[in-house]
Order: sequence, then structure tokens, then C-alpha cells
Amino acid sequence: MKLERGIGMFDYSQKVMEHFANPRNVGEIKNPDGVGTVGNPVCGDVMSFYIKVDNGRLSDVKFKTFGCGAAIAVSSIVSEMAKGKTLQEAMTITNKMVAAELGGLPPNKLHCSNLGADALHKAIEDYQQKSAECHCPYCDGRISDEAPFCQACGKDLVDRGS
Amino acid sequence: MRSNPKSEIQNPPLNMEVYLDHVSTTPLHPEVLEAILPYLRHNFGNPSNLHHVGAAARKGISAARDQVAAFIGSKPDEIIFTSNGTEANNLALKGIAFARQDKGKHLIVSSIEHFSVLHTARTLEKWGFKVTYLPVDGYGLVNPQDVKEAITDQTILVSVQLANQEVGTLQPIAEIAEIIRAQSAIYFHTDAVAAAGAVELDVEKLGVDLLSLSGQQFYGPKGTGALFVRQGVRIIPLFDGGIQERGRRAGTENVAGIVGLGKAAEIAKQETGNWAEHTLRLRERLFAGLKQRIDHLYLNGHPEIRLPGNLNLSVKFVEGESLLILLDMEGIAASSGSACTSQALKSSHVLKAMGVDAVQAQGSLLFSLGRENTEAEIDYVLKKLPPIVERLRGMSPLYSSELR
Repeated sequence: MKLERGIGMFDYSQKVMEHFANPRNVGEIKNPDGVGTVGNPVCGDVMSFYIKVDNGRLSDVKFKTFGCGAAIAVSSIVSEMAKGKTLQEAMTITNKMVAAELGGLPPNKLHCSNLGADALHKAIEDYQQKSAECHCPYCDGRISDEAPFCQACGKDLVDRGS
Repeated sequence: MRSNPKSEIQNPPLNMEVYLDHVSTTPLHPEVLEAILPYLRHNFGNPSNLHHVGAAARKGISAARDQVAAFIGSKPDEIIFTSNGTEANNLALKGIAFARQDKGKHLIVSSIEHFSVLHTARTLEKWGFKVTYLPVDGYGLVNPQDVKEAITDQTILVSVQLANQEVGTLQPIAEIAEIIRAQSAIYFHTDAVAAAGAVELDVEKLGVDLLSLSGQQFYGPKGTGALFVRQGVRIIPLFDGGIQERGRRAGTENVAGIVGLGKAAEIAKQETGNWAEHTLRLRERLFAGLKQRIDHLYLNGHPEIRLPGNLNLSVKFVEGESLLILLDMEGIAASSGSACTSQALKSSHVLKAMGVDAVQAQGSLLFSLGRENTEAEIDYVLKKLPPIVERLRGMSPLYSSELR
């Protein structure tokens, strides 16, 4: 009798197994525009998403995941679904869409798909928050959080309590 | 850290089927299969019938009872055949609780028992009994002193497993028995399911009044089990019906299964020592080899006071189910106490009771070795597991943050 390997565990779909075996976009982005981490090792999974934004679009999406087969497959498919989308479009990716894209998940593994969309959304929110905070009050150019002056217009940005 | 040259691995075949999950179940011993077949083919009789067809079946059961009794050092009449280890544990706890509730309604069990003991204890709590759950130390050991302190004048039964099903820790049963023996009104049950075939069993040396066995754990058939009940100990049956098993377990016997259980017990009595030696040697080879090749690798359970074939490891920063799937893709069958591998998504209650932290429990990987495993199979695992770990750690956010 030939036993089929790897798929017995939770009756994962072919697509889940394919993404688990060959996950897309694994890794970190150097100097990411946004990072989102969700989950907790106590409950099973930790997912981190790293995004790069260009002209309001996700030009790069990478992830690192500590978790089960479903969690890794979900991370992989979310990264694929999100890449190239506008931030607005990416924010509309739902847990249901992720599960459907994977050809379904076992019922007790659905929470993994929640984490995937959550981590992506958190990374986008992180970006939005950063970019909201980091505009020069004089020229509206982008500045880094700790910068003492605006690199665009040169104005002093240190609060002297005036 | 890896300055020592790696232990020599002989070149194992490129592709193997390696079964390292004997704690879940064992393959049927070929001689057991041979013993069973006549009872599926010709000896189909009902042992309760007086005619010759029934007598043939009755003879098979009687021989099996002798074999199981010899295996654990009891009298044949002290053996009740059950449908598995779970039923034996249910019968032990519920049977004693109901038989003795007029004497008291307090039971003591360890917190790392198999679910068939723990969940039975919870049910008894719902039915008005009180249960004390004994803590264990970081190795999974019960302190006999804790048993002594938990005993009240209401205590009727103490149940502590002989070996743990996950971390393999062996409990000081004889020592606990001594404490209990000093209190004549208390019976002592041990779940020996995980221990059978791995360590010697002797109800006198152990000093227990009840002991559970499961056939599938020592190369016998599934759907078979036995409960030893010391002569003179009254027990209320779980099932009402005929007077099979001297009225303690109604229902027509699983004749072929019982015959198989008997044969498995006979073989195990002969072979336990050899099996223990063989699996211990392979376990040490596996552990030493993995330690050399994988960092942040931890042993769960006691380094010495454990089942010879049990290697419960935590591969930190990766999750158990992912490990299991990738191992499975290489043909290696193992087990894990991670939350993701349990249908209820709860991590192992055993590791939790031992105080193992969540990340470590999530990365738990259990290899349980058996008589048919070979050195080549161990070497195959030594070759396949390290790259799997490396790959999963490469995508783990915990690994990188720890090392930063």
C-alpha cells in the first residue's frame, strides 16, 4: 500500500500544501515602510509582515511566520494577494477571501487565516501612522521620526518650548 | 559549538518509510497476526456457549488470560479484558469510585495522566466526587510526598501512571504504593499503557491494586486492553449485561483480539529487555546526532528516568506541526505536543504541567522508537531533520528576533 505523505495531518487542500511546501515572499524587507506582527506563541502562531510602499501601492510584501502548515500557507497566499495592490485594495482583503483562495481550510484552522489578513492590515496601518506623523510642518516633505531638522527644507524641527 | 566532528552517519537509502510514533500505536507483531487468524477463520464460536464451538473460543480466551497474567505477575482471575486502555482506565476509576463511594468520595490523580484518566476524573467530579490533581516537577515526576499530603480520610483511590505517554517519565510507583499501603482503605491504580513492552511489569513489585494495559501499545491488536484488579477488590462494571469476565465486563468477548493480546503479552514478557536495550541504543544515537546538528534543541522529561524508546525534544523557534508535515513528506512519522497538532488546538497538558514555556511546547517533537526500527532509519532522520529545522527557522520571526 502506498501511503500519501504530508497531507494526512489535517486534510489540507492541495493549494495549502503547495504554498506550505513552496512559500512565496518569505523573509524580511530591509528598511520596510511598515511592519505588522500579530499572534502569540501561546496560541500557536506569530506572523510578521513587512511592506514596501510605492505611489500608494504595495511594491513589496514579505513575511516571517512561526506556526503550523495553515499559518505558513496563509502568510504565503496573503503576500501574493497583496503584492501590487493599492493600500486601499489590500485593506479590503478579508479572512474569508484568504481561506477561499487557498481552496478552504479545516474549520479549526480558520483562525490562521484571520491572522494573515490581520498582520497585513497591521503593517499597512503601521505605514500610514508613520507617514502621517512624519511630514514637515513647513514644507510637507517626509521626514524621519527623530530628525532634528527637515531634510527637504532645512527648517529646525526641535521643539524649544516656544 | 560545532567544533567536534559530526558523528559518522552511514549513508542511509535516499528514501525510507520510518515509523517513530510507537507511543500512538505499534505495528502488529507477525506472530500475533498468526495467532489471531484461526479465531477469525474457524474458531468463531461464542465463548459463553457450552458446545464444542464455544469451547474452542473459550480455550483461546483462557490461554490469553494466563499469558496476560504471566506478563504482569498476577493471577489469571485478576485480569478483566476490555476494549482498550481507555476502557481499562475508565473501569478502574469509575468502577472503584462507585463501589466505594460509601467509604469516601475523594480521588487523587497526577496532572499528567492520559486523558482517559483525567477526563474520567473530571466526570467523577461532576458526579459529586472530589479529585486532587498532583503537580509534577520540571521532569514530569510526581513527588510521593505530595501523595501523602493529598490523602484525606475520604480518599478511596490514587491513580498515577507508570510511564508518561508524551515525555516518557517513569513515576516512582513502588514508593507511592508504600505510602498508600500504610492506609488500608485506599486502592492504588497505575496506568501502565505507555510502559508495557518497554519496562518490566510486576504488580507485586509495583504494589498496585489495579493496572491498565492496551494491546496496541506492545505489538498487539487495536481494540484490546486489560485491567488487572487485585483479588478481593470490588469493582462496579461499566456495562450491564451478561456475566462475561465474571460479571465485571458484559458483552460477547472480542475473541480474536483477546487471543492476539495474549500472544502479544507472551512475546513482550520474553522480549521487553531486548526491546528496551535496542530502542535505548537507537534513541541515544538519534539524540546525540541531533544535538550535534541542531542548536537550541532541548530534551523534555527526565534525562534518565524515562522510557527507553522515548525522545521528546523541543526544537525552539519552530512549530511542531510544520515539523511533522515536512518530516512526513520525507516519509518520517513522528508526533508533537504543539497546540496546532491537537484537534482542540491546545498545547500538551503534560508539558504545561511541567512548566515548559509556550514557545518550547509549540516546538515539541516526539520520537517514540520500537522494536523494528533500525540504525539506518535513525541515520535517515539525522540527515533529513536538520535542513527541515533550518528551513522553518529561516522563516520564523522568533528565531531572528532572539538572535538579534
